Amino acid sequence: MANFTPISAAIGGALIGLSVVLLMLFNGRIAGISGIFGGLISPQTSDRGWLLAFVVGLIAAPSAAALAGFTVPTPQMPGSFVTTAVGGLLVGLGTKLGSGCTSGHGICGLARLSPRSIAATGIFMVTAVVVVALMRHVIEG
Amino acid sequence: MPVFASLICGFIFGLGLVISGMTQPTKVLGFLDIFAAPSGGWDPSLAVVMAAGLAVTSIGYALVRRRAPLFDTQSRWPAATPIDRPLVTGAVLFGIGWGLVGLCPGPAIVNLATLSPGVIVFVVAMAVGMLAHDLWQSRRTTTARDLAGAPVADG
Repeated sequence: MANFTPISAAIGGALIGLSVVLLMLFNGRIAGISGIFGGLISPQTSDRGWLLAFVVGLIAAPSAAALAGFTVPTPQMPGSFVTTAVGGLLVGLGTKLGSGCTSGHGICGLARLSPRSIAATGIFMVTAVVVVALMRHVIEG
Repeated sequence: MPVFASLICGFIFGLGLVISGMTQPTKVLGFLDIFAAPSGGWDPSLAVVMAAGLAVTSIGYALVRRRAPLFDTQSRWPAATPIDRPLVTGAVLFGIGWGLVGLCPGPAIVNLATLSPGVIVFVVAMAVGMLAHDLWQSRRTTTARDLAGAPVADG
């Protein structure tokens, strides 16, 4: 095992879970980020307020963490801008078509034992593992 | 009040992502790279993040399941619909994109705070992909979807 950080992973995961529960308690909404962001940018959305507020909260978090002395890393992209763009496109398309992502299906859906989310999470996990295996161990040797 | 409450939730979610290390693509890819295990390069951290998140959410959801939300009129629990082709296809496409970059929507948006060019490219492309799907959907015959308003994410 390399770079295994179980304590911070558990704390971070618990905070994610807390925010998910709070969003349901406060606003009665599923904290699926693809749905929230997708709803925010969609012209057809009617109640944009809570969507924008959630996204603002997401973006504000690193600054607060940095102020509290936490080192916020600069994200390292594994590939070129082209790969990043293609990946982004697929994530956008896929999360819309599949009605969810790692938070929507992987956390919210699994917590509800939703068969759709169990299926979706299993599928995107296996797919991602296969893609990484190909990129790291086959294509790049 | 619902807007402020949502802001707090987004903030806590973002904090969780930062603290857990999930905003760093290489850490996510370190988990997805299970074939690095033989050489000692596998990082199970993401599994711990999900386990902790799931534990808290399962308990929390069970506790709030029956009650109305504090700052809205009704709770929007996704309806139980069958596993269909869009779900499967969408999950595959999402999995490919995620595997290529190591970013999914949450960490990507949080990373906008770093003003990283790669992240901006990713988020713009993600937005394009989402809007393209919306456009494609609106051109098809209307299906019986949730009419209570966007976003339609069944979680």
